[in-house]
This record gives sequence, C-alpha cells and structure tokens, in this order.
Amino acid sequence: MPENRYPAVPGQSRQPRRGQEHFAAPLDEGGLGAVDAVDTREKPSSLWRDAWLAMRVNPLFWVAGAIILVVVTVAAFPQLFTSLDPRLSCSLANAYGPPQAGHIFGFDHQGCDIYTRVIYGARASVIVGVLSTALVVVFGTLVGAIAGYFGGLFDTLLSRLTDIFFAVPLVLAAIVIMSLAPSRTTVTVALVLAAFGWTQIARITRGSVLSVKNNEFVTAARSLGMGKAGILVKHVLPNSAAPIIVYATVALGTFIVAEATLSFLGIGLPPSVVSWGGDISQYQRAIRVQPEIILYPAAGLALTVLGFIMMGDVVRDALDPKARKR
Amino acid sequence: MLWYIGRRLLQVIPVFLGATLLLYGMVFLRPGDPVAALGGERGLPEAVQEQIREQYNLNEPFIVQYLLFLKGVFTLDFGVDFRGREIAEVMATAFPVTIQLALMALAIEAVFGVGFGLFAGLRKGKFFDGTVLVLSLLVIAVPTFVIGFVMQIVVGVNLGWLPVTAGRDPNFYSLLMPAMVLAATSFAYVLRLTRTSVAENISADYVRTARAKGMSGSSVTSRHVLRNSLIPVVTFLGADLGSLMGGAIVTEGIFNIAGVGGTLFQAISRGENVTVVSITTVLVMVYIVANLVVDLLYAVLDPRIRYA
Repeated sequence: MPENRYPAVPGQSRQPRRGQEHFAAPLDEGGLGAVDAVDTREKPSSLWRDAWLAMRVNPLFWVAGAIILVVVTVAAFPQLFTSLDPRLSCSLANAYGPPQAGHIFGFDHQGCDIYTRVIYGARASVIVGVLSTALVVVFGTLVGAIAGYFGGLFDTLLSRLTDIFFAVPLVLAAIVIMSLAPSRTTVTVALVLAAFGWTQIARITRGSVLSVKNNEFVTAARSLGMGKAGILVKHVLPNSAAPIIVYATVALGTFIVAEATLSFLGIGLPPSVVSWGGDISQYQRAIRVQPEIILYPAAGLALTVLGFIMMGDVVRDALDPKARKR
Repeated sequence: MLWYIGRRLLQVIPVFLGATLLLYGMVFLRPGDPVAALGGERGLPEAVQEQIREQYNLNEPFIVQYLLFLKGVFTLDFGVDFRGREIAEVMATAFPVTIQLALMALAIEAVFGVGFGLFAGLRKGKFFDGTVLVLSLLVIAVPTFVIGFVMQIVVGVNLGWLPVTAGRDPNFYSLLMPAMVLAATSFAYVLRLTRTSVAENISADYVRTARAKGMSGSSVTSRHVLRNSLIPVVTFLGADLGSLMGGAIVTEGIFNIAGVGGTLFQAISRGENVTVVSITTVLVMVYIVANLVVDLLYAVLDPRIRYA
C-alpha cells in the first residue's frame, strides 16, 4: 500500500531518510512532487499534436485519407489507370454495349468506355473543388481577419458585404451567372462558386479572430513592440486556423457537388470536358435502357465527396477537446 | 429586446438593397442585347425595338432602371414579360407549388432528422450512433439528382409505390417523393446537428439535477434534453426554408414539377431578364426574411444573444 501512495520521482528514493521515518511527511507529497515528475525531455503538447494523436487511432481518418489519396492520384495521373482515351477511343458500334473483358463497366450512348470516362472525370471535380476552396479560404480569411482584428468601420462594412453575398443562395447565384457566362471552363466554374461561397468562411474567421485577439499572448507580442499586421499574421491567424481548416475540408466536398449540379443542369462544364456531372446528365437519357450506367460516375462523385467531408468530420472531432475526451 | 429587434430590422435594409442590386447588375449588365435577339434571324424593325426598350426602361441609366424595378417590387407590379404575361401572375402560379414542396421537405427533414438524431445522441459512441453517422455522411455525399434518379427507378418504377413524376397540378401524394429527395441532404444535417447537441446536453448539470430529483428517464429526455437541444436545430430549419426554395430547381427538373425552378430556368434560357430578376428577388427576400425570423426566434430562446 505505501508503495503506491506517491508518484515516482526520478532520482529520488522512495525509502524515508534516516531519522525522518516517523515525523516528517515525504518530500514528494503534494504539488512539488508532481512538478518534479514532469519529464521535460518529452515533446510539449499542442492542439495540433493532440489532434494528430487522436486522429491516428481513428479508423475513419485512414479510410478518408485513403479515398482522398486515390482520388487525387487518379485526377493527376489518369493514364496510369486506363490505357484508353476518354474521347478518341469511342465507337458508335459499341453504343450501350454490356461489360466485357477490358471494359468492366461497359459502354455509353456514344460507345465510349465508361470506366475510362469515370477515371478521367475525376480531374474536373478535383480541380474545381481545390481551386474554389483555395480561393474561398484566401478571400474569406482575408475579409474575416480584417473585420475581426481591426474592428470599427472595417468590421461594419465588411460584415454587411458578407451579409449581402450570404443572402444570395449559392446554387441560385451560380445558375444565374453560369447561364450568362461567355465561356465555361473549370476556372470559370471555380470562380463563380468561390464568388458566392466565401461568406461562411469569412464569418467563421471573424468569430475566431475575435475570440483570439484578446488573449495574453497577443498583449505580450504588442508589449514586445510587434506591429499590428505582424501580430495578426504570426499570432492571431495561426491560433484561429482550426475552424477554418475544418470548414474548408467540408466546403471542398460541397463545391464538388455544386459543380456536378451545374454540369448536370447543362450550365456547368461543357461536354468537351469529361466530368462526372456532365456524364450523369448524359447517362440519364438511358435511364429506361440501361439505368445502371448512371451509377458509375455517380459513385465516383459520391466517393470523392464522402472522402472530403469524412475527413472534415474526423479533423473537427480531433480538434475539439470536448469531443476527444470520451 | 425591442432595441435588438430594431437593430436587426435596420440591418436587413442594406442587405436587401445590396443583394438585389447584385443580382440585377449580374443579369442586366451582361453583354448582348435581349431586345435585338427577340426577333430571331430576321430581327425586329428599329421602331419596334425602340418601343420595347422604352417599355422596359432600357434607355434609362442603369441605376434608374434598378430604382424603377425596386418601385415595382414594392408596389407588387413587376410588369409584363416578353410574351405579354403579367410577371406577378407567372409567379403566382409557380410559387404555391414550390412553397408546398419546400414545406413538405421541411417537415420530413424535421421529423426524421430530429428523431434519428435524438436516438443517435442518446447512444453516443454505440453501434447505432456510428452507423447513423456514416450513413448521414453518405447521404450528404450523394448529390440530390442521383438520389432522385435512384428513387425514381427503385420506388417509382420497380416497386411502384409512388408516382414517378409530378407533372401539372401536383397533389400531396405525387409531391411526396420529390419532397423526400429535396429533404435528403438537409435531413442528414439536421440529424447530425441534433445528435451533437443531444450528446452535449445529456451530460449537462441541469440534466443531472433532473435525474437526481427523481424524474424518469423518458421525461428527462423529452422535457430537458430535447428542448434545449432543439435550439440550434430550429435555427437551422428556419434558414433552410430559403435554401430549399432556391435549391428546388434540380428536384423540380427531375420530377417535372412546374414550380419556381422550372419557370426560372425557362426565363433564363429565353433571356427574359425581368422575369429572372423578379423571381430571384423574391427568393432572396424569402431567404432574408427566414433568416431574420430565425435570428429573432433565437434571441427569444436564448437571452444571451440579446445582450451580446
């Protein structure tokens, strides 16, 4: 029993000293002993390190990571996964052909190999998703950080601007602009989605910056003579980054869905660009002949979005100390 | 409270003006002349074009056009479209269907989202919770139009339980499947929101107090846990009504419903700028008002907001 009463202190014997057996409390009792027990050689704990330790044991993290890795690889190097060209290898003689050796998903209405179309479709989705998310993060963070950090007139003006763009639903605005756009490429689609998709991130950043900017370490940096902009970039933004990263991961998924929706409506990417949304809208015509072919591009789309939103979910849980405890 | 309401109402005005100006500018400042395009290949005579321009105020400076449009919005006189139909009448036939569809979707997502979310939250970390969470991610990941097709084929064609399309004059029965499809994504969000909220509140002090004074488990759940957990859910649902009406375009297309989405889409493709702007303005107004009501409701439910 006395063996376990006190924490082990390195370099100190548990045996009482000679002459102190009966009347002195052990030296290591109480707070000081616990302070001595801290191993200073261990890496200091931080929000990100704790989050990583929590994520590492979460199977969903590895599932989502694997999905994202595969999708990004397919988007970057589609020729590694198929030897055919998504457009040139089509032959009308094969139209609606059933699956066969070398063409595991069969052929579509123009006799194109569906498997190849699905593989090449990844690129458009990933480009639009990554590009619009990057734009949204840069612009939204900028607006939110300036509004939250400098306050006053900046805050009033930028917050009302955010409200204005927030009042126009994303899909509605995208439909109106895309139907008027003179050219439709992956870049235009990403720009349009970003133009109306940045408000949420600006609001999140503003709130996060507001809660961080009155902390002691900001006062400490100011008393050391650091400039306002320097403090914002070096101290405030890194400490407000967690909710922005979580939202951006989920937003990437929703932008991919929005692009597919626009392409499905025929006002997103033109048919010359191989995209899942466009293919779904084409294959929909075959719904009475071959309803199952629509499932292949749809599965690619759903799996990609699932990977990103699942990752956002895992990161959020890992960054939230309250959720992590259990 | 009055001070809060007043301040919140004042904030709505610049947002409404800004959002409508944005939409108006996007539609009217684009390149191309819709009046010249009206006549097709042969073109209209100059005098006729001039008369149409005069009728639609197209010769005025942009900002005057916008102000005249705003005047029309507030007097409910939206003018006539290029085919001579009253735009107010066009909207009066389109909006009821979409409102019915959106309300049905809202009811579906509220009932099922809160129901599943409550059970998942009460069993946090258990098998049911994990399954429901992954399934809800899957529902969010699959785009609405894919869910629509799968439902059409499986429930409509193969099983024959519900009508495949709604068509003109849809009733409750034929709008049931479209409403389910429209509700799907939001249902998953409501579920996750309720679940997180319930799981958080279940370990709150007031719940322990309620148990300690001898309240039964089910009445603690319904009176204390659920009521307090519903605050964020109610705000989500209110704001979602606006998005559902704007987002119904895809669902209406799949199920062939003659609602706002279809009307808007036809107007866009025919270059009926006035109709496009009128419909989008009303949608934005619904969205703003829904968000305003939610904010005020939130202030009633949670006094901390009022004093912030």
